[in-house]
Amino acid sequence: MQKKISKIPFKGTPEQEEQLKAIIAKHKDDPGAVMPVLQEAQDVYGYLPIEVQQMIAEGLNVPLEEVFGVSTFYSQFSLTPKGEYNISVCLGTACYVKGSGNILNKITEMLGIEAEECTQDGKFSLTACRCIGACGLAPVLTVNDEVYGRLTVDDVPTILNKYTA
Amino acid sequence: MEMINIKINGMPLSVPAGSTILEAARYAGINIPTLCFLKDINEIGACRMCVVEVKRARSLVAACVYPVSEGMEIFTNTKRVQDSRRTTLELILSKHKRKCLSCLRSENCELQKLCLELGVEDEGRFDGANPSCEKDESTAYLVRDNDKCILCKRCVAACHNQYVSVIGANNRGFDSVIGCAYEKKLADVSCVGCGQCIVSCPTGALTERDQTNDVFDVINDPEKIVIVQTAPSIRAALGECFDMPIGTNVKGKMVAALKRLGFDKVFDTDFGADLTIMEEANELIARIKNGGKLPMITSCSPGWVKFCEHYYPELLPHLSSCKSPQQMTGAIIKSYYAEKEGIDPKKIVVVSVMPCTAKKFECAREEFANEEGITDVDIVITTRELARMIKRAQINFKDLPDEEFDPALGLSTGAGVIFGATGGVMEAALRTAADVLTGESQENIEYHEVRGTKGIKEASYNLGGADIKVAVASGLSNAAKLLEMIKNGEADYQFIEIMCCPGGCVNGGGQPIQPANVRNFNDIKAMRAKAIYEEDRNLPLRKSHESPIIKELYSTYLGEPGGHRAHELLHTTYVERKKY
Repeated sequence: MQKKISKIPFKGTPEQEEQLKAIIAKHKDDPGAVMPVLQEAQDVYGYLPIEVQQMIAEGLNVPLEEVFGVSTFYSQFSLTPKGEYNISVCLGTACYVKGSGNILNKITEMLGIEAEECTQDGKFSLTACRCIGACGLAPVLTVNDEVYGRLTVDDVPTILNKYTA
Repeated sequence: MEMINIKINGMPLSVPAGSTILEAARYAGINIPTLCFLKDINEIGACRMCVVEVKRARSLVAACVYPVSEGMEIFTNTKRVQDSRRTTLELILSKHKRKCLSCLRSENCELQKLCLELGVEDEGRFDGANPSCEKDESTAYLVRDNDKCILCKRCVAACHNQYVSVIGANNRGFDSVIGCAYEKKLADVSCVGCGQCIVSCPTGALTERDQTNDVFDVINDPEKIVIVQTAPSIRAALGECFDMPIGTNVKGKMVAALKRLGFDKVFDTDFGADLTIMEEANELIARIKNGGKLPMITSCSPGWVKFCEHYYPELLPHLSSCKSPQQMTGAIIKSYYAEKEGIDPKKIVVVSVMPCTAKKFECAREEFANEEGITDVDIVITTRELARMIKRAQINFKDLPDEEFDPALGLSTGAGVIFGATGGVMEAALRTAADVLTGESQENIEYHEVRGTKGIKEASYNLGGADIKVAVASGLSNAAKLLEMIKNGEADYQFIEIMCCPGGCVNGGGQPIQPANVRNFNDIKAMRAKAIYEEDRNLPLRKSHESPIIKELYSTYLGEPGGHRAHELLHTTYVERKKY
């Protein structure tokens, strides 16, 4: 799947930038430093916006396109931020046959975002994940660490309302 | 040299140790097809077109990167090999937009040629879901059509080799596309426009922005006076588009073809090169005398200029303020020549034929338009586009007689001609500087130390008591090495020539495209350069300042080199550009 690119303005803090600089300094002379730096940068920022990738390219003295190429190759890297509440809908086999696809569609419709995107206000992000090991509760979704199981499409508005209030 | 013994298709053979199977097969006169392989630049063994069978090997191996070993038995043409190559081609074709009849690369497409040679019978065998990509037409010089891209990554390697690296492979698997970071358009990244990606592309995925129709339109407009100028390196390469051997100088036929195409005047950019030397040598001497910024670096190559603007803006004061020969020729056509002939410059359209895609960007730079919006040069076409025009006009190029440039701005010296090869501007400048500094005409005018296709060349000369240390770089990765030296204060040169493309303009991104199997085993840039140096050797005048047109131009119009009028018409400024 092609990586979604966030259009939400970058909100990095000076503290985060200091951390990123330290990460770059730590790996600067390592061969193949791009991947570990991207990984640690994602731990700091939660995702890898262009501003962060530029700092990495400049700091490691590698082309920006190389950094971007690596970040789009591996599925673990994300180019979109996580919202205050990250909704993760399980599309594993058990959940999927129990109708989690419809649940994902309902959330998409209500929030106006696709999977791997974040709402403009930064409140919700949506992830389509694979089996989270709760097949007995299928279909299942999580909001941050909260687990909701045995869902129907009609449960979606109630769940979302809990967090929009 | 250590030799090892191998067998290819049953034939015993002794080849140098360390050879790849591809090279070893060549010694035996056996051709192995390749697609992604570009020697020294892209040796990734990815496309699987060159697979061969090796006795006792687990699977087929990629001949382009697989080294031979003692006793190895190789089979290059078994049924298994043939079937594998054909299937690979059919799979590539399933994602290739097969608009071959209207493709600019038709008949010069490596994919098309391989399909024919390897016997592909059904180009649609693996047709399936195939999402279309948007064409990138954002720049003035290049069009990328990823629907024709076969992901060989030769363009990526060429861009990397130029130290630019604005394109690469994004995403993964079926979604892989060659593009820029954050899916930006090429015009929005720090691409320098050199076009080395285009001449590396085996298919029609990358082409110059074709402006042949624009040129036909102005030729057909009776109101316009259309004047064409041709860069020094065109004559050394154009013949290749008409099946002539690499390194054939086709100057006379080229001029004849241009006249038959309907251009009103056919001038030589070599004249502008001579003029550049007058201004640049004068600028160099002035900088040395007055303690100006040294080393001074040449500014003829627009890809190099844009590279400096993006990547080394702090070094821009080192650039000579001289316009390039194309812009100087254009400026003189629309001022001196127009005045002399009594033509309204607004009616003149200057078309340049350049070995270069970056020249399309250069001619549109706002620095090169005056207050009335009159630009020095109006349309730039590449060598390939000129060949296309000649074919479209059904001119039998090979049968044309040799004709001469129009004399007004068509006479030039050997110094102007050698601009087309790396080291040529340096040598031309030295020829003039030596005469100026010694006050007498020097007889020894060949500076062999700055010739040749080596990436960086250095030399020192004593000219009339002054020691001059010079350096010449071609290819931007070599240029970057010199620039880092300047930045670190380690460069004690007075004068540096930099050409964007490896080998200089003869190997420019607008030149005829030679397929990889020719590029991998021949030094094209050296073969084309030879034609240029031969022309220089045979010209009666070989120093820019001895050209009668140049003399007349200064005495009747410009005044002194570096004088007020010269400055207005022939010099320019640069801008800082962003790297990201």
